Amino acid sequence: MATTEIGLDHHLSNHDDHEHHEHHDNFFTKYVFSQDHKIIARQFLITGIIWAIVGVFFSVLFRIQLAWPNESFPILETLLGKWAEGGKMSPDFYYSLVTMHGTIMVFFVLTAGLSGTFSNLLIPLQCGVRDMASPFINMLSFWFFLIAGLIMFSSLFLENGAASGGWTSYPPLSGLPEATKGGGMGMTLWLVSMALFIVSSLMGGLNYIATILNMRTKGMTMFRLPLTIWAFFFTAIIGVLSFPVLLAGAILLIFDRSFGTAFYLSDIFFKGEVLTNHAGQIIEGGSPLLFQHLFWFLGHPEVYIVILPAMGMVSEILSTNSRKPIFGYTAMVYSIMAITVLSFLVWAHHMFVSGLNPFVGSVFVLVTLLIAVPSAVKVFNWITTVWRGNIRFTPAMLFAIGFVSMFISGGLTGIFLGNSSLDIPLHDTYFVVAHFHIVMAIAAGFGMFAGIYHWFPKLFNGRMMNEPIAYIHFWITLIGSYCIFWPMHYLGMTGVPRRYFSFNEFDTFGVYGDLNVFITVAAIVVFCTQFLFVFNFFYSIFYGRKMKTLNPWKANTLEWTTPRELGHGNWPGAIPSVYRGAHEYSKDGRDYTPQHIPDSQLDNYNPIIAEAVK
Amino acid sequence: MSSENIATTHHQNEEVAWQGGHSPFNVSYGKLMMWYFLLSDAFTFASLLISYGALRFSSPTWADPNKVFSAFPGMGHREVPLGFVSLMTFILILSSVFVVLAVIEGHRNNKQGVMKWMFGGILGGAAFLGCQAWEWTHLIHEGMNIWANPFGPQAFGMLFFLITGFHGFHVFSGVCLNIWAFVNTANGEFGSRNNGYEMIEKVGLYWHFVDLVWVFVFLAFYLL
Repeated sequence: MATTEIGLDHHLSNHDDHEHHEHHDNFFTKYVFSQDHKIIARQFLITGIIWAIVGVFFSVLFRIQLAWPNESFPILETLLGKWAEGGKMSPDFYYSLVTMHGTIMVFFVLTAGLSGTFSNLLIPLQCGVRDMASPFINMLSFWFFLIAGLIMFSSLFLENGAASGGWTSYPPLSGLPEATKGGGMGMTLWLVSMALFIVSSLMGGLNYIATILNMRTKGMTMFRLPLTIWAFFFTAIIGVLSFPVLLAGAILLIFDRSFGTAFYLSDIFFKGEVLTNHAGQIIEGGSPLLFQHLFWFLGHPEVYIVILPAMGMVSEILSTNSRKPIFGYTAMVYSIMAITVLSFLVWAHHMFVSGLNPFVGSVFVLVTLLIAVPSAVKVFNWITTVWRGNIRFTPAMLFAIGFVSMFISGGLTGIFLGNSSLDIPLHDTYFVVAHFHIVMAIAAGFGMFAGIYHWFPKLFNGRMMNEPIAYIHFWITLIGSYCIFWPMHYLGMTGVPRRYFSFNEFDTFGVYGDLNVFITVAAIVVFCTQFLFVFNFFYSIFYGRKMKTLNPWKANTLEWTTPRELGHGNWPGAIPSVYRGAHEYSKDGRDYTPQHIPDSQLDNYNPIIAEAVK
Repeated sequence: MSSENIATTHHQNEEVAWQGGHSPFNVSYGKLMMWYFLLSDAFTFASLLISYGALRFSSPTWADPNKVFSAFPGMGHREVPLGFVSLMTFILILSSVFVVLAVIEGHRNNKQGVMKWMFGGILGGAAFLGCQAWEWTHLIHEGMNIWANPFGPQAFGMLFFLITGFHGFHVFSGVCLNIWAFVNTANGEFGSRNNGYEMIEKVGLYWHFVDLVWVFVFLAFYLL
C-alpha cells in the first residue's frame, strides 16, 4: 500500500520517550497497569458496563417498590437481608438506592464509561497520534476512577447503608451526619469517592485537550477533525472547568460534616433542639443555597459532559451510514462551542423554586432557552444528514437514529422546564424525571451503544458484534425506554412528586397504581434485555466474527487505516497525513474519500487492495 | 522536524500553525497541560472566594482585619496592623522571583544557577509556611478557630482557616515539587533530558500561580 508511506513520520521522533517500543510486556504491564490508550479505553468501558448493571439493577429494585408498595416479596429479603424485612423494602434503603442509582449512572457510567472510553480510544486514533500526550497521567486517570468506584461500592455494604440524600446531596440534610441513616459514613464515603472521581476526570480531561491541540497529525487542521473529536474536546473543557467547582463545594461540605463548621448550615433545629458546635456556639451564618449554586455550576455542565460525546459519535455514525457528508459541519462545530459556553450560564434553572430572586430567574430562563438554538441546529443537521441518504441500518446506525429520537422527545420537555413559571408546578415531579432520563440518560446510553457497536472492531482486535442480537437489543430497548418514561410525563403533570417512597398516603395519586406497574414491568423487560447486549459484548470479544476488511463501515477517518490487531503505537509504519475533512462521502462520484489519500492519488486508490486485512 | 522549523513556520503564517504536525502555540504538551490544570485550579479557588463573598454579604457584621491581624512575632502586645502578613507576602513574592531566575538559568543550561535559585525558592516557600503556622497558632491562642471567633462572626474564622489552609496546602505541595525539581537538577536528570530544564518552567508555573492566588486571598481577608 503506497499511500501510507506518504508524509513524514514527524511524530515518531517526539515520542521516543513513550513506551511504544517496549518488548517485555507481561500480563500486568499489558492489561492492568497499561499506558496504552486502547487498553485504558477498554478498562473504562468494562468498568462502566459493570457499573451500569449495578446502577440499572438498583432502579429495578426501587421500581418494584413503586409498583407494588403493599406487596411483600420474600426474594427481596433473601437478597437484601435486613433492608427488606418480611419482603418489604425499608424507606432508608429506598433512598440509598435512588441516591446510588443517580450517582452511579451520571458519574461512573455516563461520564467515565462513555467519555472515558471513547475519548481514550478515538482521540489518538482519529487525530493520528501514537498515544495520549501523557500516557502515565492517562493511566492514573483510570486508576483514580477505579478507586473512586471501589470506595462508592464499599459504601453499599455499610452497617447503616450508603448515602441517601439524593445524588445532589443538598445540605442541610447531607450536612448533618445524624439526620439520616446513610448520612453518616455512607455520605462521607460518597464525598471521598466524588473527590477522587474529580481528580480522575481532571487528569483525563487535561490529556484529551493537550492531545487534540498539540499532537494532531500533519494536515489535520482543527476544521478537518471528525465531529467526535470536537465533541470530546469541548467535553474535556467543560470537565476541566466545572468539576473543580464541585470539588470546592465538596470540601466545604466535608468540613461541615466532619469538623463542625457552618458553611451550609444555619440555625438548625434537630429533634426539637438547636444544634451547637464544638465550642458550644449555635451553628449559624451558613447558607444551604450556596451549596446548590456550587453543585449546579458543575451539575448542569455535567449533563453536557454526558451528552456531547454521544452527540459527536452520533454525528459521525449518521454521516458514515447515510453515505453523505454531515450537513453543516461548521455549524455543528459552532453549536457545540455555543452549548459549551451556555452550559456554564444556566445552572440556576435548577433552583427556580429555591427562593431565588425572580429577576435572576428570568435571566436564567433566557439563557436556558437560548441553549435550544444550538441544540436545534444539531438536531436539524442530523435529520438533513440522513435525509435522502443511502442509509445502511447497521446496529450503530439504529442506535444513532434512536439517539436523535430520544434527544428530540426529551429536548421538547426541556423547554417546559426551562420556563420558571412552568417549573413551579413541575419542579421535583415525575415530569422532571421523564425529561432528564429521555434527553440525557437514555439518549447518552444510546450514544454509548452506538459507539460500542460501531467501534467494537477497534476496541477488540478487529472482531465484530453479532448483528441479529443487536437488532433485538435495539428494538426492545427503544420501545421499552419510551414505555418507561413516556407515562411519567402524565404522572408529573398532575403533580406526582419524585423521590417519594410510597404514595399510599395520597388518595389523589392512587389512580396511577396501574401506570406504575406498567412502568416497572417495562423497566424489568428493558433491564433483562440489556443482558443480551452484555452477552453479545463478552462473547464477541473472544468469538466475534473477524472483520473481513480493515474498513468495515467504509469510513473516511484515520482509525480505519490501522491494522486489525493494534499494537502500542497504533500504526506499524509512518502515521498517515491528512488531506481533507472527515465526512466526505458520495462526493465526485466516489462513495467515500479516506482522509489520508492525497488528491493526486485518489484515482489510483483501490479500497479492495488498500483495505485488505494484513 | 526541528524546532527551528516549527518556530519559523509559526511566525510566517498563523494559519500554518494549526495545520497539524506540530504544536499550534509552539509549547510542549506538558506546559499546555499545566496551563489547563492551573485554569482548573483557579476555578476551585474562585469558587471558594465566591463562597466567601456570599457568606460575608449575608452576614450583618464582619471582623476588622486591622484588629485581627495586628500581632508581630517578638513585638509583644504592640499592634502592627497587617505588618506580619505584609512580610509573608513579600517573602512569597521574593521566592517567586527566585524561581523566575531559576527558569532563566535553566534556559542557559546552567545547572549550578538553577540549583542556587531553586534553593532560594524552596527557602522562601518554607519560610512562608512557617509564617503561616505562626499566624495560625497565634490566632488560635486568641480564641479564633473554625467554631468561634472573638473578633466577629464565626463565618470569618471558618472561611479564613479553610481558604488560607487550602492555599497553604498548595504552597506545601509547591515546595515539595520544588524540592523534587531541585533534586532532579542536582543529580543531573533534567540536564540529560531532550527538553532540558523545561520541568523547572512547569514547576515554576505552578509556583507563580500559587503566588497569584495568594494576592486574591490576601485581598479578600486582609484588605477588604
